[in-house]
Amino acid sequence: MPKQILMSREVLLTGAIALLLAIIATRFPAFITPSNLANVFNDTAPLILLAIGQMIVILTRCIDLSVAANLALTGMVVSMINVAMPGLPVPIIILVAVGFGALLGMVNGILVWKLEIPPIVVTLGTMTIFRGTIFLLSEGKWINAHEFSDPFKAFPRAELLGLPLMSWIAIAAVIFFSIVMSRTTLGRAFYAAGGNPHAATYAGIDVGRTQFWAFTISGALAGLTGYLWVSRFAVAFVDLAGGFELSVVAACVIGGVAIMGGIGTVVGAMLGALFLGIISNALPVVNISPFWQLAISGGAIIIAVALNAQANREKGRIILKRAEHAT
Amino acid sequence: MSITRRLFGGTAIAAAMLAGSAVHAQDDMRIALVVKALGIGFFEAAAEGAEEAAAELGNVEIIYTGPTDTTAEGQIEVINSLIAQGVDAIAISANDPDAVSPALQRAMQRGITVISWDSGVNEEGRMMHLNPSSTPLIGNTIIKLAADHMPDGGQVAILSASATATNQNAWIAAAEEVLPNYEGIELVATVYGDDLSDKSYREAQGLMASYPDLKAIIAPTTVGILASCQAVSDAGKIGEINVTGLGLPSEMAGCVESGATESFAIWNPIDLGYSATMIAHALAAGTATAEPGAEIPTGRMGSVTLDDTNAAAMSDPFTYDASNIDQFKDIF
Repeated sequence: MPKQILMSREVLLTGAIALLLAIIATRFPAFITPSNLANVFNDTAPLILLAIGQMIVILTRCIDLSVAANLALTGMVVSMINVAMPGLPVPIIILVAVGFGALLGMVNGILVWKLEIPPIVVTLGTMTIFRGTIFLLSEGKWINAHEFSDPFKAFPRAELLGLPLMSWIAIAAVIFFSIVMSRTTLGRAFYAAGGNPHAATYAGIDVGRTQFWAFTISGALAGLTGYLWVSRFAVAFVDLAGGFELSVVAACVIGGVAIMGGIGTVVGAMLGALFLGIISNALPVVNISPFWQLAISGGAIIIAVALNAQANREKGRIILKRAEHAT
Repeated sequence: MSITRRLFGGTAIAAAMLAGSAVHAQDDMRIALVVKALGIGFFEAAAEGAEEAAAELGNVEIIYTGPTDTTAEGQIEVINSLIAQGVDAIAISANDPDAVSPALQRAMQRGITVISWDSGVNEEGRMMHLNPSSTPLIGNTIIKLAADHMPDGGQVAILSASATATNQNAWIAAAEEVLPNYEGIELVATVYGDDLSDKSYREAQGLMASYPDLKAIIAPTTVGILASCQAVSDAGKIGEINVTGLGLPSEMAGCVESGATESFAIWNPIDLGYSATMIAHALAAGTATAEPGAEIPTGRMGSVTLDDTNAAAMSDPFTYDASNIDQFKDIF
């Protein structure tokens, strides 16, 4: 039964995306050519990666507002490493990015787990701390295209079977985390810890530690995205990806992840990210005033969430219907 | 040189200057170039321009000084020691328009010529202010940068910061005003990247998709010009679309090297230091007076005209291209 509900939500979102594409095509037909759609997917890859991490955090009834700052800090760190040691191979850079991002995520996780500070406060704090750290590291200076080594910049652009590597990384992450979430103990623990923390505790799940791992995964994905981001745009500076955490949360919410925890899928988060990605890629080509663009993006989020909330309400969570009516 | 200055700070230098001043001939005019902080490439370049002006004028000694960090208190200390030395003129790029004003007023009471440049002081605290450029000049320059590389005309688009950015909107309005002067140049769109790399990149991609015949993207903002340059490179349209606008040489070196950018503009710190010195000299020597409407000659830069607030604009922004980028990319 719950499986059907989840399926229908994702089918609904896929339908909404198809409708959105159809509307855009009436204004700008070239938008739905396969090559352009591949571009849009590639452009959305960072958002997909971050949305997966955020979804896991939200599942455990937490929120991670520090993802964009983590991305920017890790991006600056790997950029500075690249400038200092241009010969360092890209796979090592990626390992450093994932490891450093995970470390930053662990800071959030420890504070939430051991000190039991509300996650929104913790990550609001670390968000500013991370941004400040970038300033201290870089002294406010930018790292620019000509300072990066060529392999560092080329990696996310390299093509494999017609798609850039950045897209493949996003696809791989979706598949990997779909399996983790549905087939591993940790994956199920994320759902349990958020769905009903008390029941999870009785079932022998350490809710705090589960949240810690959720933040660590989110941090690792943010770190990976940090490298992809700086190499794609070939620039690293303090305000990199400023405000992007809100897009990430929005992608999750549109993708049907319940902000109260316990409900959500990797595919849903990906679809939510794609929905936002399509809107932000389409708005520049359909000739709409920039002020309307903001309103349209916001409107789309509210409509999507309203539909989701509606869907949740209809299904309800009544376990013993008969008992309820009996009294 | 800057190491000793950093170690001992502005006051120590000033003291050293004081001790050394007795050696100089009495008729040497001493002009102090006070900067926001020592050790910043932009200001080192301005000092270079000041020395150039001094060499041209003759009998002028430049005292290049400033605090070790960008604070108003540090500058006040420096100003006080310059007053004690009895310099002839002070040309300052202020860390705070109001905080340094009382110290500068005291300097003027002692007969010292005070002007501000780059970053201004309030009207009471200086005789005149030299802006690097002005809105109409910048508006004209950004269109000209694109038009120079489009002999047959064609479509251009502007990629700005946010739709509400005051500076950029003023420059774009000025650019639209002069557009009829450039025959065949058609401005097809103005889009906004909000000074975010990803949004600017997407807007640049959108421009390329919407206008297949686009010849140039003009971005009067540093984030926008870099993102456009990257988007054009990634789309393989280097040579077809010229990315231009306002940027810093240190950030733009890669774009110029790859050919995505033929040329771009920003104020030239060397010219700025040169002009400030020329003006300070003219005012201190009494060959010009600082009053609204006055025209003050600035050597090889021509001349500047003061407006109602005794402020003036130096010139068009300076154009950087493959021929001079290497010289400037390490400066600022």
